[in-house]
Amino acid sequence: MSAAIDTDAPRGAKGGLESSDEDHSRIAPVGRGPKERFIPRAGAMLVMGVFTLYFLIPIWWLVVASTKDRADFLGTNPLWFADFAFVDNVAALFAYRDGVYLKWMLNSLLYAGLGALVATLLAAMCGYALAKYRFPGREAIFNVVLGGVLVPATALALPLFLLFSRVQLTDTFWAVFLPSVVSPFGVYLTRVFAEASVPDELLEASRLDGAGEVRTFFTVSIRLMFPALVTVFLFQFVAIWNNFFLPLIMLRSEELFPVTFGLYAWNSSINQFPELRSFVLVGALLSIIPLIVTFLLLQRYWRTGLGTGALK
Amino acid sequence: MRHTKRAVTAALLSTVALALVGCSAETGASDNNSASCEPADGDVTLTFTSWIPGIEDAVAIWNEQNPEIQVEVQTGPSGNAGTYQNFFNQLEAGNAPDLGQIEYDALPNFRVQDGLEDLAACADVVAAEDQFVDWTWGQVTLGTDDEVYGVPQDQGPMGLFYRSDLFEQNGIEVPATWEEYKAAAEKIRALGGYITNFSQTDINQFAGFVWQADGQWFQNDGDAWTVDLTGEESTKVADYWQELIANDLVSTYPAWTDEWNNAYNSGEVWSWNSAVWGANSIASGAPDTSGNWSVALAPQWNEGDATAGNWGGSSVAVFKGTEHLYEAAKFALWLNTSEEGLTSLNQTAQIYPATTAGLELPVLKEGVEFYGGQAIYDVFAEAATQVNPDFVWGPTMTQTYADVADGFKAAASGDGTLLDALTKGQESTISTLEAQSIPVAE
Repeated sequence: MSAAIDTDAPRGAKGGLESSDEDHSRIAPVGRGPKERFIPRAGAMLVMGVFTLYFLIPIWWLVVASTKDRADFLGTNPLWFADFAFVDNVAALFAYRDGVYLKWMLNSLLYAGLGALVATLLAAMCGYALAKYRFPGREAIFNVVLGGVLVPATALALPLFLLFSRVQLTDTFWAVFLPSVVSPFGVYLTRVFAEASVPDELLEASRLDGAGEVRTFFTVSIRLMFPALVTVFLFQFVAIWNNFFLPLIMLRSEELFPVTFGLYAWNSSINQFPELRSFVLVGALLSIIPLIVTFLLLQRYWRTGLGTGALK
Repeated sequence: MRHTKRAVTAALLSTVALALVGCSAETGASDNNSASCEPADGDVTLTFTSWIPGIEDAVAIWNEQNPEIQVEVQTGPSGNAGTYQNFFNQLEAGNAPDLGQIEYDALPNFRVQDGLEDLAACADVVAAEDQFVDWTWGQVTLGTDDEVYGVPQDQGPMGLFYRSDLFEQNGIEVPATWEEYKAAAEKIRALGGYITNFSQTDINQFAGFVWQADGQWFQNDGDAWTVDLTGEESTKVADYWQELIANDLVSTYPAWTDEWNNAYNSGEVWSWNSAVWGANSIASGAPDTSGNWSVALAPQWNEGDATAGNWGGSSVAVFKGTEHLYEAAKFALWLNTSEEGLTSLNQTAQIYPATTAGLELPVLKEGVEFYGGQAIYDVFAEAATQVNPDFVWGPTMTQTYADVADGFKAAASGDGTLLDALTKGQESTISTLEAQSIPVAE
């Protein structure tokens, strides 16, 4: 511990001298090495290494397992490849029951992609209104929305089911889609961000130039809020993708399932129908690809947005 | 202002009135509880929820032959993994499917919650009793004389899967009694193997052992339930397996894991007391041992007995609230008794039929390669006739299983005994029944 303090102190001082950019100063000494003590650095690396392994080994196992045929899956080392049957496995998965798996993937993309898009737009409008307009009950509304952040989606699934039953919308696309377009956390984040990044002066100027409120929102404000919106989108995308309980309760028609629920349904029958095992494995592997792609594409914005929320 | 107020009041009143109408309409519907079993006038569409992959194929055959009664298949995870809970939610919301797949051990739960139509109203169903293997019919009448809560679909009579090659090479006779089984277990342990694996989590397998020993865990006299997890036979079975565990004569790998598969695949474990559907599980879990397995009737408690247990099996039940009891019953009967239906179910999902005629399907007469060409289903067909028809499941089996499994897991690691686990399960089951206001007989 004392070693850590020792190394920290000169580094901070040095950074201050060299550069006013805080980020830069933190990175620079590390690159130069000599000032850094070996043990704390190695310790940190060790901890990170252990955690990286801890998180990556299951994925590695999944990758390896999905390349094996049924006999090799049981008979060979689970962490290393045997005969490479990945292509066959994928082909079998896609062919099973007329490609129901692909349908599920498409459903997931639709629920998560479209749902997150609409949720982001709604959250942006709501957060923006709460940040930029003064009206009675504003704080009350905001607090209620904030309270919504505390209620887990799982707890709402059953009441939602009973509500949707009343209007006969269970087992439809809307049963999963409509609850997904609400994001209290998104409202919170966009409000904070709108307050910080959309200057009142700019809105005044826009009004003076004759732009209506809606136009101002879509042409000026939404661009300023963009990093926050990407964050909200990503959060919501992941939340919908992983929201397993709602489809479990709402859906009965296989052609409406999202991929998570479909795989769960297969997995629950593995004891009785062992041939489903390889489908579950390969399906699980393929199903994480869209999440990874989305993250990589939006990572840059994601970081900015996350930082903004944290600072407030 | 006053005007608006009045308008609001009027609106509120009319909403209340509407709500009242809604309520009375609903009570009207639920008053008319036991739907009559009459054919509908026009075309009918039924919904049927099942988690069996490929069941659509059988339904497609029906739909083609019966344009006036179309069946839509709905699906989901296996019963205890979510579909049962969904059924209860849907019954609550009044939009349950017409038909649903329900395993035998879950039927009493739905019966107690008043979720099922009594099919005894349909003459065709009552007349079909003779077509089914005796004890499977007992599973859907729930021990009553004149009520029927489902049409039996499949069954899981238990036998002994064993490594015939290993038994033969080492000069060990295939055990015909549980006493011989224990003796064989000692010999096999001396050779470094285990005779079998005791599953800590498959309490319904253990229930199958008790079933075979002529034990009864539950009784229902029409009103109150008797719970007897620690009866004489149940205690005998628990003590038997406790001794095998304590003397390290059986392995205790968690069932259905890779570890467990591997124990069979590597030849460490030599036999499995399992149901007919286990034939498939072994073939897929231990592919390297293909050709080396055989099936025998289960070991007996007394020499010369002919008893078998059962593990698993399910029925097709009709839910309360259906408007088409007649059509639903007709479809359920066709699916589970017609040769076309049963053949399709067997081809797509290896469903082992519950009818006596179904056990004679050509596909169930063939030798199976994995079992060295043995016609294993002949053995199970014989076992099916030896299952006690009076075994009754309790109304909260999910809870009972979970609580007993907790105790079994502890017992497997040397903490307590199987009998302790059953004693605890007995207590927790009674308190669960009481908590749900289900009468318990003392």
